[in-house]
Amino acid sequence: MLTQDEAEKLIQEVLAAYPPEAAEDRAKHLAVLDGENREGGCGITANRKSLPGVMTIRGCAYAGSKGVVWGPIKDMIHISHGPVGCGQYSRAGRRNYYVGHTGVNAFGTMNFTSDFQEKDIVFGGDKKLAKLLDEVDTLFPLNKGISIQSECPVGLIGDDIEAVAKKKSADLAKPVVPVRCEGFRGVSQSLGHHIANDTIRDYILDRPNASSGIEAGPYDVAIIGDYNIGGDAWSSRILLEEMGLQVVAQWSGDGTLAELERTPKVRLNLVHCYRSMNYISRHMETKYGIPWLEYNFFGPTRIADSLRRIAARFDDRIKAGAEAVIARYQPMADAITGRFRPRLEGKRVMLYVGGLRPRHVIGAYEDLGMEVVGTGYEFGHNDDYERTQEELKNTTLIYDDASGYELERFVERVRPDLIGSGIKEKYVFQKMGIPFRQMHSWDYSGPYHGYDGYAIFARDMDMTINNPCWKMMTPPWRQPGAGTP
Amino acid sequence: MAIRQCAIYGKGGIGKSTTTQNLVAALAEAQQKVMIVGCDPKADSTRLILHAKAQNTIMQLASEAGSVEDLELNDVLKSGYGGIRCVESGGPEPGVGCAGRGVITAINFLEEEGAYEEDLDFVFYDVLGDVVCGGFAMPIRENKAQEIYIVVSGEMMAMYAANNIAKGIVKYANSGKVRLAGLICNSRNTDREADLIEALAERLGTQMIHFVPRHNVVQRAEIRRMTVIEYDPGSPQADEYRALATKIVNNRKMVIPTPLTMDELEALLMEFGILDEEDAEIIGRTAAQESSMSMLQAMA
Repeated sequence: MLTQDEAEKLIQEVLAAYPPEAAEDRAKHLAVLDGENREGGCGITANRKSLPGVMTIRGCAYAGSKGVVWGPIKDMIHISHGPVGCGQYSRAGRRNYYVGHTGVNAFGTMNFTSDFQEKDIVFGGDKKLAKLLDEVDTLFPLNKGISIQSECPVGLIGDDIEAVAKKKSADLAKPVVPVRCEGFRGVSQSLGHHIANDTIRDYILDRPNASSGIEAGPYDVAIIGDYNIGGDAWSSRILLEEMGLQVVAQWSGDGTLAELERTPKVRLNLVHCYRSMNYISRHMETKYGIPWLEYNFFGPTRIADSLRRIAARFDDRIKAGAEAVIARYQPMADAITGRFRPRLEGKRVMLYVGGLRPRHVIGAYEDLGMEVVGTGYEFGHNDDYERTQEELKNTTLIYDDASGYELERFVERVRPDLIGSGIKEKYVFQKMGIPFRQMHSWDYSGPYHGYDGYAIFARDMDMTINNPCWKMMTPPWRQPGAGTP
Repeated sequence: MAIRQCAIYGKGGIGKSTTTQNLVAALAEAQQKVMIVGCDPKADSTRLILHAKAQNTIMQLASEAGSVEDLELNDVLKSGYGGIRCVESGGPEPGVGCAGRGVITAINFLEEEGAYEEDLDFVFYDVLGDVVCGGFAMPIRENKAQEIYIVVSGEMMAMYAANNIAKGIVKYANSGKVRLAGLICNSRNTDREADLIEALAERLGTQMIHFVPRHNVVQRAEIRRMTVIEYDPGSPQADEYRALATKIVNNRKMVIPTPLTMDELEALLMEFGILDEEDAEIIGRTAAQESSMSMLQAMA
């Protein structure tokens, strides 16, 4: 465990490798947080352009829109508009589970693309897009709508996808949504989330008669910002339903167009991933007067706390329902904790993820007796870091848009017992002999949300950290004569 | 002898295509083997040679065939007056797509297909008005055209454009072999035009390679989709293009240009009376304001 001074010294050491200008810039993205130092946003500068050469692991606006926000809406077809690569290499990569017959009434794992060729760049792609929209609707008549996810060239050559979408929306009598999420826009996938939120607002919620004829129930809520990775939204909604609420919409994991359309009539929006869907939540608050509440379904402590905070927005029936749910599941949670905590107690974790996880999973680790000693966001904003502060108790390294070099140096020094990050980091750290979990995709496991998810989360952390393979490798720094690291 | 590759730039509407085709016709008449590469979506760089409205372009044919890889050189290369080989890059109609990419694709196609390996003395690239993006700089990149001729007249905006093009040439000249080879003055009968363009050329470090006077025969030939060389070979105007052709054949003055600053250019225009030196206060003044002021002066 680093002290505050040691951690600050470590940051200075890491920065020393950079040229002065880069060091000055990167210094604003690195910080140490102790239990007391709680001034706004950890003092971190966030959501800035990455420096060339730092090997950022950020994504692009297209990834944020197509991959995160729009992609999981299962009964719409999402066209990757441009050359084939963006769609094909991201196809089905995010493990957004859904129920449906793929290719019939659900399209989540399929890749639809306009497959731009040289001639489409030179002569423009609007005619091809119009044709593609017709063909898609003919071949997949049960689609409920189509989104057009712009890749970079579409913005460069000035195609008028809005005009095509407007005409085809009228022709096909269903929403056709033009999304200007060209990858070169913004500094990360974060702008793609925002653009996607805005297009849902403009082309779905504002569409005439979107939710006409639907009566609002007194306990209607929507889950916002749960992408159902490995079934996360499913293990979340059962808790809400068991306490007496009616989940009428999932945004957007296993979600449908109809669910989006009826959300403006819910009583409360429950926001899990604040980063990617705060925009639409704020919009619904302003326009429809729907309040929103951030919650956290990782680990029994946060789950119980969240269930109570949600229930507090409703009547005694729901409050009693929440207590009943907690009472029903607490013994199961205690049993999980009882089984795994002795095996994980005191283990130290470093996280580097996106969205909500750099802060939201801290509670779940703490339930297992573990401690998060470093955390950071790929594409967070200042409000994410402000929220992170509230979760942290001890001296913690904070890194925004960390470079490969920075992470490696931090890990070398901190030597955590577990790292939770993405596929690009996984093998580097495993080769350093450090147990690793992918915390974007749950490493092909999950769900991790809810009480059911906690069982899997605890098992996964145990089988990773306590895997006997780690004792079988002798890393270079432990070989004879290597000296102290 | 190596092929000499020349690119013709200049302000839109200055007469690049007409001048190029007349010049090329004069070269062909003098037994030079020449190819014209039109780099303009309008595809009007070869019509006077082919007597055609507009020839089928590389991009048009590629679009119909599926991709540029499906084309053969013979599909796009047409032979016209004096055996001049003609090809047009083509591109989209105004307002859609990316014309610059069309030029890049077309020129790459010509290279890959060996269009430049023919028995040629000259290749002329006729490039759209301004160098609006990287695509239209393609003819002067990557060791393609090495001689740049700028068509200019004594009008202020034409000279602004010429100076801007010179700036573009500097960018590529420093990293390659492209050089400014001269200004071609396509006369608009403005005051002291030849002197002005001579002076501009001198400032740019180059030469006014020829002063092409204005003559109606050019129009008459153009209506017939012909060059003056072909339509009326005995006319004095045809001799002017022959003179230009001879000067270009013999031209050895290739320079990295020294573009003017805006102030220097304006000073030059003042020197030749296009801008009035003493009248800095006329900037932003309307005609109505000026007439009321001159009335006041008359009364005083």
